Amino acid sequence: MIQAILTAFLSAVLIENFVLVRFLGICPFLGVSKKINTALGMGVAVIFVMAVSSAATWVLQEFVLKPFKIEYLQTIGFILVIAALVQFVEMVIQKTSKQLYQALGVYLPLITTNCAVLGVCIINIQNGANFINSVLYGTFAGTGFTLAIVLFAGIRERLEFSEIPESLKGFPISLIAASLVSLAFLGFQGLIK
Amino acid sequence: MSLLKVLKNGIVDENPTFRLVLGTCPTLAVTTSAINGIGMGVSTMVVLIGSNMVISMLRKFIPSKVRIPAYVTIIAGFVTIVQMLLKAYVPSIDKALGIFIPLIVVNCIILARAEAFASKNTVVASAIDGLGMGIGFTLALFAIGSVREILGNGSILGLDLFGAAANPAIVMILPPGGFLTFGIIIGLLNRFTSVKITKTSCSSCDGCVGQCNSASKGGTAI
Repeated sequence: MIQAILTAFLSAVLIENFVLVRFLGICPFLGVSKKINTALGMGVAVIFVMAVSSAATWVLQEFVLKPFKIEYLQTIGFILVIAALVQFVEMVIQKTSKQLYQALGVYLPLITTNCAVLGVCIINIQNGANFINSVLYGTFAGTGFTLAIVLFAGIRERLEFSEIPESLKGFPISLIAASLVSLAFLGFQGLIK
Repeated sequence: MSLLKVLKNGIVDENPTFRLVLGTCPTLAVTTSAINGIGMGVSTMVVLIGSNMVISMLRKFIPSKVRIPAYVTIIAGFVTIVQMLLKAYVPSIDKALGIFIPLIVVNCIILARAEAFASKNTVVASAIDGLGMGIGFTLALFAIGSVREILGNGSILGLDLFGAAANPAIVMILPPGGFLTFGIIIGLLNRFTSVKITKTSCSSCDGCVGQCNSASKGGTAI
C-alpha cells in the first residue's frame, strides 16, 4: 500500500511532472514564476484546488454522469464544477481565515482556467481511479506543479540579472530555460520500471 | 475596422501564439508532428468561430457579472461538439491529441477573444475574428510542429526526408524540444520582424482572465 503510494508520488512529481513532461499548466508556470514567494503561493493554491476538484469531479462522474448515461457532458460538467468550487473555496477562505486568504486569495480565481486542474480530473477518470487514488493523484500532481514552478522561479530570479541578447529577452529566454529544466527532468525517466 | 483587417489582425499582427503568447499548453504539447499541430489548430479554430459567434449574438443578454461562467459554458458546448466529431471522423487525430481536446475549454485564446472581441462586436466581425485567430494559431502550430518533426523524426507530414542513414535528434519531439523550438522561433521573430511581443510577463491563461477581469473594471480591453 505504502509502496504503491510512494511509487505514485514519485511518478507524478518527478517522472511525469505535470508541467515539464505532460505540458499541463504551462501558462501559470510561465506567468506566475517571477518570484519564488509568489510561485510558492500559487503552487500551494493549486495543490489544494487539484485535490478538492479531483474529489468533486469523481463524485460527479460516478453519481451523476454515469447513472444518467450523460458522460458526453463531462467537459461542460467538470469545468463548471471546478469554476464553482474555486469560487466557493475562495469565499470560505475569505470568511474563515484572513491569513490564508491573504496568502492564497489572489491566486484562486486564476486557477479556474489552469488546464492542469481540468487535466488531472480527466486523467483520473480515464485511468479509472477510485476516489482515494483520485484525490491522492490530484495532490501529487499539484506537488509536481509546485516543484516545477518554484524551481523555475529560482532560475528566473537569476535570469533577471544576466546579460541576454535583446531579441531573446523576456519570453523566449524563459522558454529556453524551461527547456533545460525539462531536459533535467527527463533524467528521472528510468527511476521506476 | 474592416473585415479584412480583422482577419489579418488574427493571422499576423496579433498572432495568438507568437505575438500574444496565449494557449501555450496545447502549443507545446501537441506539436510533436506537423499533422497533430494542424489537427489541434483546426479544432481550436472551429470552437473559436462558434463560440465567438454565439457570444456575440448573446452579448446584450449576458449580464456582465456572470459573463465568464456563461462564456465558459458556451465554449465547453462547442468543445464537446468538436470532441464528438473528431472521435467519429478522424479517430487517429483524436487519439494523438488525447486529453488536449477537452482542454480546449481552458485555452485562453478562446476566452480572451470572447472577452476582448466577441463581447463588443457584431456576429459577422466576431466570426471573422475567430477565423483569423484560428488560422494564426493553426499556422503557428504547423510551423512549430514542422520544425520538431523534421529535426526530431526526420520527416514532414509523415514523409521520410533523410532516409535510413540519418539519425534524428529525438529530443526535439520530447518535451524539452517543444520549449526550445517555441522559444527560439519567438526569438527569431523578435530579431527579424519589427513588431515586438506586446506582452512579455503576464502572458498566461490565468493572467488573461485576471487581466480580463481587471480590464473590465478599468474599462480597457486587453
